[in-house]
Amino acid sequence: MKPGTKLKSAVCDTEVMVIRSGTGAIECGGSAMGEAKPDAVGTPAADFSAGTLMGKRYVDAAGSFELLCVKPGKGSLSVDGVALSPKDAKPLPASD
Amino acid sequence: MNIALFLEMAADAAPDRIGLVCDGQRWSYARLLAGARGAAALIRDSGCSHVALLDESSEAAAMALFGAAIAGVPYVPLNYRLADADLAALLQRITPALIIGDVARVERLCPSADNKVLARGDFVTAALDAAADAPIEADEGDGVAIQLFTSGTTAAPKAAILRHANLVSYILGTVEFGAAPEEDAALVSVPPYHIAGIAALLSSIYALRRILLLPAFDPAAWLDLAAGERASNAFVVPTMLSRIIETVDKGVQPDLSNLRAVAYGGGKMPLELIQRALDLFPDTGFTNAYGLTETSSTVALLGPDEHRAAHAATDPAARARLASVGRPLPTVEIEIRDEDGRCLPAGEPGEIYVRGDQVSGEYRERSALDADGWFPTRDAGYIDAEGYLFLSGRADDVIVRGGENISPGEIEDVMLALPAIAEAAAVAIPSAEWGEAVGLILVVRDGHEAPADEELKQVIRARLRSSRVPERVLFAKSLPYNEMGKLLRREIKKLFAA
Repeated sequence: MKPGTKLKSAVCDTEVMVIRSGTGAIECGGSAMGEAKPDAVGTPAADFSAGTLMGKRYVDAAGSFELLCVKPGKGSLSVDGVALSPKDAKPLPASD
Repeated sequence: MNIALFLEMAADAAPDRIGLVCDGQRWSYARLLAGARGAAALIRDSGCSHVALLDESSEAAAMALFGAAIAGVPYVPLNYRLADADLAALLQRITPALIIGDVARVERLCPSADNKVLARGDFVTAALDAAADAPIEADEGDGVAIQLFTSGTTAAPKAAILRHANLVSYILGTVEFGAAPEEDAALVSVPPYHIAGIAALLSSIYALRRILLLPAFDPAAWLDLAAGERASNAFVVPTMLSRIIETVDKGVQPDLSNLRAVAYGGGKMPLELIQRALDLFPDTGFTNAYGLTETSSTVALLGPDEHRAAHAATDPAARARLASVGRPLPTVEIEIRDEDGRCLPAGEPGEIYVRGDQVSGEYRERSALDADGWFPTRDAGYIDAEGYLFLSGRADDVIVRGGENISPGEIEDVMLALPAIAEAAAVAIPSAEWGEAVGLILVVRDGHEAPADEELKQVIRARLRSSRVPERVLFAKSLPYNEMGKLLRREIKKLFAA
């Protein structure tokens, strides 16, 4: 997946921008995300319904995937069924 | 990736929140985005290859920056303080362009039917009018977001380019989206053609921190705006800080109780000045930011706690850290190398190399990155045992006397510690015996006598070593600086040649 690609959730309002991606299916609410929104919007799977937060970056344990949430929603993000976690960035003082 | 994303996210998350204040006008994120989208439509219709700004800071700068990004055309803010001949040369290099700002000057210097020139107000009105059209999809074009002509203190201006990918990486790596509380406001007084001015727009919009634009810096106006709009953050160049403090010293007592954070950079901060600022504003956190145009702004910083710790320290090594530009950002690597490109250990001075996704190191003509992605900054410096970076000037400014490298900064620092000396600069002058020798030019502080040459030489010999002793000493009423407070060493060399 090319960095900068925007993906939409098939089950909620979530939209992400791909910052980094390896091999695997990017999912939201347990369903694959796509560049277009499906006509019929499904519901998030119970295990993937913690929600996404605007402006948060989500990463996998190996560091091969990084997604930026540009629109929040009810589903949560995963790759091939493995949940992504929010990236903890050490706050830096404003420098400009 | 496209930097327009930052404004789109801000307008999505907080459409009605005020994002920018300029000349008493308040602009919400939604209205700024509407202006940027309208500007993108104008830019696409014009068929131009560049979008230039020849104007002071205003809402038009933000609309042009993001409008150009959406349209996929490089944004080129120009230095309106340049002399006619220099500015005309730059205009030639970007034609056909859509140019916003000083219509009369553009038409006088670069009369071309290929350019479309709009005054600031006309541009903003036209952009907002065009915004009613369906929102257009952002296009990255060839990936270049910004083209900035370097200040050319040593040579002709180079066209540095920053890609969307560099700037997105910088912002995502340094700013947390929406992190600013609603009452926060950042006072931006650097001009729009300076990398710090552009980075300030991007950072503040992504943090949802209201931007207070001061179009032309003046210390009294800065203090008024800071107090009136209750600024929480500000970025200044050292010269601005010096003039702000002078004004406060004259008895102006503005309410700066909300000013939590002042970041500075863009030139060497005199030790005496930062010490004075720390005493004068005990509740403000100071951050020294080191960066270059070619690195998308900040690559290293010395934070507020480090400033206070160094200021309070009694140990000379810990106190010296106040003169450091801090440690590299977590997303950036920094190395010091010698002339043969070998990496140097802690404490050894050499040239500063930088690597990271935010580092472009690219000019229109060529990329300066080496095969492994390292950018040679041409800045000279060293890293201490704790990983703190210290600058000692431009690599090109190093004086090579009989094969020995002499940093002008070490001589200047010794001179500035003398009560009688207000300003000092050391430059290379031709020497039949040594190849190059030290030329020293000094400005004497008001109310003091100029020290005798022999006395100055004695001080340098005692504090440094005999190779640093100047061959010639000149006195001047003032030294030549550019408008950002950068010392123009090539002008000083001319004084010695005269």
